[in-house]
Amino acid sequence: MLATLPPLIIGLADLTAAFLFLYGLQRMSSPATAPSGILVAGFGMVAAVLASFLYVFSVSAAAQPHLAVNVGLALIALVVGGGLAWLSGKRVAMTAMPQMVALYNGMGGGAAGAIAAVELFGAKTQGATQLLVTLLGALIGAVSLSGSLIAWAKLEGVIKKPLRIKGQQALNAMAMVAALSVGGLILFATLGGAPVLLATPIWIYVFFGLALLFGVLMTLPIGGADMPVVISIYNALTGLAVGLEGFVLQNPALMIAGMVVGAAGLLLTLLMAKAMNRSVANVVFTNFGDAPKQVQGAIKGSLRPVEASDAGIAMRYASKVIIVPGYGLAAAQAQQKLFEFVKLLQAAKVDVKFAVHPVAGRMPGQMDVLLAEAGVPYDMIFQLEDINDDFATADVALVIGANDVVNPAARTEKSSPIFGMPILNADKAKQVYVVKRGEGKGYAGIQNALFYGNNCNMVYGDAQAVLVKMIEAVRGLGAAAA
Amino acid sequence: MDLSITMTGFVALYVFMLAAFAGWVIIGHVPAILHTPLMSGSNFVHGIVVVGGLYALLNASTVQEQVIGFVAVLLGAGNAAGGFAVTQRMLAMFQTSAPTSAHAGAHAHARVHHLHKKR
Repeated sequence: MLATLPPLIIGLADLTAAFLFLYGLQRMSSPATAPSGILVAGFGMVAAVLASFLYVFSVSAAAQPHLAVNVGLALIALVVGGGLAWLSGKRVAMTAMPQMVALYNGMGGGAAGAIAAVELFGAKTQGATQLLVTLLGALIGAVSLSGSLIAWAKLEGVIKKPLRIKGQQALNAMAMVAALSVGGLILFATLGGAPVLLATPIWIYVFFGLALLFGVLMTLPIGGADMPVVISIYNALTGLAVGLEGFVLQNPALMIAGMVVGAAGLLLTLLMAKAMNRSVANVVFTNFGDAPKQVQGAIKGSLRPVEASDAGIAMRYASKVIIVPGYGLAAAQAQQKLFEFVKLLQAAKVDVKFAVHPVAGRMPGQMDVLLAEAGVPYDMIFQLEDINDDFATADVALVIGANDVVNPAARTEKSSPIFGMPILNADKAKQVYVVKRGEGKGYAGIQNALFYGNNCNMVYGDAQAVLVKMIEAVRGLGAAAA
Repeated sequence: MDLSITMTGFVALYVFMLAAFAGWVIIGHVPAILHTPLMSGSNFVHGIVVVGGLYALLNASTVQEQVIGFVAVLLGAGNAAGGFAVTQRMLAMFQTSAPTSAHAGAHAHARVHHLHKKR
């Protein structure tokens, strides 16, 4: 009886963890219940980790003499790895969130790859299926590790420009084929019981090397604007790798958790790509910045700048204002100032709403998080499909740090690279104010007809400084009225 | 009592299929406003890989296995702890309008309900 107790506890803990993960994710479907959702999932994780120490009662005879050392190593790894990541996670700025998620994701992929490596080097797998799945998980995990690290480096600004060389795609394909071939070679060598050309462990090193290389090569040419999709893809891939290694270890909790994340990541990837009006293949295999610059029909009209204070006062006397925030707002660290201004407007009985485009930010939904961080209640934040009809009845649309997501060319200009992308109908508002640093173009490098519209005025300057002026102007009014 | 789990061939495929379906359906119900926390939340969930790392490390019998197992636990623990920390931080930021008036409260409630229903 005593011998069956540890596996019973491990089994129950893993089952509980799998259930709590699903339940926790399910609770994430509303902002009100989401905080408890992650907490619940966290309990599941702690239970599974604690229970896995009961493996000490069932280790193989070969590992028995090393048990004390191994337990010590496990504790150190947990404390160091978990501790460092915990601290960095608690400190990271919300604007830097995407690269942090990429980094943690890469770690997961690396862990899955490492588990596969232990299985492969120790020749622990049984039969062709297990070996094949181990190799597949190893490949995906390693690609996810190196790819996520490159994504991190790009978002962090360590790698500034997309690196593109001639014949990139052929090179990528070659790396992929080479990795698969070496994988096949390991498979045959192991099943045949005789090494092919080189000793099998050497091939395993080559296999991991090629997989890591492929992850690097695949991610390097992808531009910064496409990183949200890339992170989402690697999130799905890590989930898949974890699920596959779960099968190898015969651990259903890993299989379920990994596969749930794999499916979730796939769905998010597709949603992201749809919001950008591009296919996932288009994001990964073509380079957005490379699209030949369209010769655009000259846009009639001129840009009309106004003073920030005038724009602020106009909004104070409007009855309905919709704000379109873009990444430029976060880059200027002006979310707090924006909400301060919004509160002033609300105090003057102005109906204010935020309209968020799905690709605003560096990962899906990041703008929502940045607004939430500044204290904006989530019932003021509306997604594209919920608010687009409201613009027609809005007195003012205030566009801050956004550009391509409000470009009407996406609706009309067939030759435009962003044609077909769903956009926010800011141009339908009676009056549009665009806060911008200068006359530059957006990420996609295209002119924006909205700025030249008869109902549009430009407010030039740093978002933070512009908002300070707006706040002062509206406050000044209040004092005069009193 | 037999507690061993053996999943081969089709049983494993069924587990994968059901899990993938569950993930697709559950995530499909999350509103776009929560997509970033969701991504980091699912990122946290695959941190369960640390359990596999622990299994590998505790069963290590050579220095090579110890080193790789150590790396697996180190990275897995980082994935889990970091994923949890950032997700929890982000979700704590989502606040509804202060229900100072009954009207505002009702509005916020309706909005949550709306988010619930929305795909």
